[in-house]
Amino acid sequence: MDFEYFFELFLGGLTRGSIYALLALGYTMVYGIIQLINFAHGEIYMIGAFTALIVAGVLTLMGWNQVAILVIASIAAVVYSSAYGFTAEKIAYKPLRNAPRLSALISAIGVSLFLQNYVLLAQTSDFLPFPNLIPEFEFLKPVEHIVRSSEIVIYLTTAIVMVALTILIKFTRIGKAMRATAQDQQMAMLVGVDVDRVISVTFIIGSATAALGGVLIASHIGQINFYIGFIAGIKAFVAAVLGGIGSMPGAVLGSLVLGWTESFFTGYISSDYEDVFAFIFLVLILIFRPSGILGRKDTDKV
Amino acid sequence: MLELKNVQTFYGNIQALKGISLQIAEGEIVTLIGANGAGKTTTLMSVCGIVPPRAGEIYFEGQPIHHMPANKIVSLGICQVPEGRRIFPYLTVLENLDMGAFLRNDKAEIKRDLDYVFSLFPILAERRNQAGGTLSGGEQQMLAISRALMARPRLLLLDEPSLGLAPLVVKQIFEIIRKVNSENKTTIFLVEQNANLALKVAHRGYVMENGKITMTDTAANLMANEEVRKAYLGI
Repeated sequence: MDFEYFFELFLGGLTRGSIYALLALGYTMVYGIIQLINFAHGEIYMIGAFTALIVAGVLTLMGWNQVAILVIASIAAVVYSSAYGFTAEKIAYKPLRNAPRLSALISAIGVSLFLQNYVLLAQTSDFLPFPNLIPEFEFLKPVEHIVRSSEIVIYLTTAIVMVALTILIKFTRIGKAMRATAQDQQMAMLVGVDVDRVISVTFIIGSATAALGGVLIASHIGQINFYIGFIAGIKAFVAAVLGGIGSMPGAVLGSLVLGWTESFFTGYISSDYEDVFAFIFLVLILIFRPSGILGRKDTDKV
Repeated sequence: MLELKNVQTFYGNIQALKGISLQIAEGEIVTLIGANGAGKTTTLMSVCGIVPPRAGEIYFEGQPIHHMPANKIVSLGICQVPEGRRIFPYLTVLENLDMGAFLRNDKAEIKRDLDYVFSLFPILAERRNQAGGTLSGGEQQMLAISRALMARPRLLLLDEPSLGLAPLVVKQIFEIIRKVNSENKTTIFLVEQNANLALKVAHRGYVMENGKITMTDTAANLMANEEVRKAYLGI
């Protein structure tokens, strides 16, 4: 067996998995709090990438240096996407909070289509080149053909986001409020949690991590269009279900498993069937372990 | 302290409260008794802002609260121990108690109250690192009451605290309710199906039927009332 090829696929899978994880965290957090599959989540990621593209374009013209552009473009993407996530919740989901779950789901699909077409009209349907915002590290030169600098940045960012979120959920006041709301929303209100605020914060955090994913993957791949959010969103959703929707470690684990599955199958079998493998995997998981790898069975609320 | 004036609450088109009026004075234990579906739980949920009334007024210490969001009402000092206990199942006992004190910032006082509830229910101290969902029904009820006490409520609303519990545990819990009322001067509004038990611990009572208050008197008089005895005490 060619070990170098295996290692390359392994790292490729890790890259995919890390990006899926940044997206899947948003899916799983929103689901955990309001039991909504937020189908517009992929679009938030796409909007993050577009924001970064525009900001980076302007700053490049102004002659800023690469690292400064990367930082400012990422911050702009995070802020802008968070604003979209926050607004979408207020307009499209909050009025439906007491409606049947299907209504909010349909509303989410509506938001998704709206945002896609909005970007299509405001920008273009063509693929746009995305500048490589991530500097090439000198020390990576000898192994450049195996792992690129952008991949290292993706791994690091995902790891930092995961640790930060874990600390937030476990130890902060808002984190406790989020856990309580996820377990029993009405009871959380009865101990004084402002549930509207918790839901808004959840959407903001989810959108922010998705935007980071969007900027990083666009920078890594080098092109974007209005449609990139859709397929990435579906894949990240598969990853979240795979890991057990509602569980944050599950989302990360599911993302990595999915990333590696895709990478190894396309590497060793055929790259034509990349998406097929992902969805076959989803079908198998749903048949044999419907609650996901780390998911817990729904306990009935008394 | 608490006053409801002609409160009407709906679930969709169904009217659950058809004009409820009642008063609770500071330091009292007042009970609301009635059959299943009479609207007792809805009354508490309306007071707490979970199911806000469509018409009528609710005042807490003279301040209107019927348009306030639930978290603001809690911050005024109204706390509910809801029916079915509603423990956060995946939080530990300690985290559940901590959630009770969610709106407080006084660390030292919170610690003191924690010691106080552990002195009321020593079993909770033993189980402090166990997930709430793994406790027995009685222990969960103790935890639910303790969680509410951690907010230092001025008015404590209790919904069916005896439901589904062994008689010995019920006795223990009602002793604690009386103790909290006499020692901390916490006003208590107690909803019960077990009218016998409720009237023994309460000062005054209201009887509810089909979304309306049908009778009110001191607990002793209600206990002696012929209709109440027939309908609710099974005598």
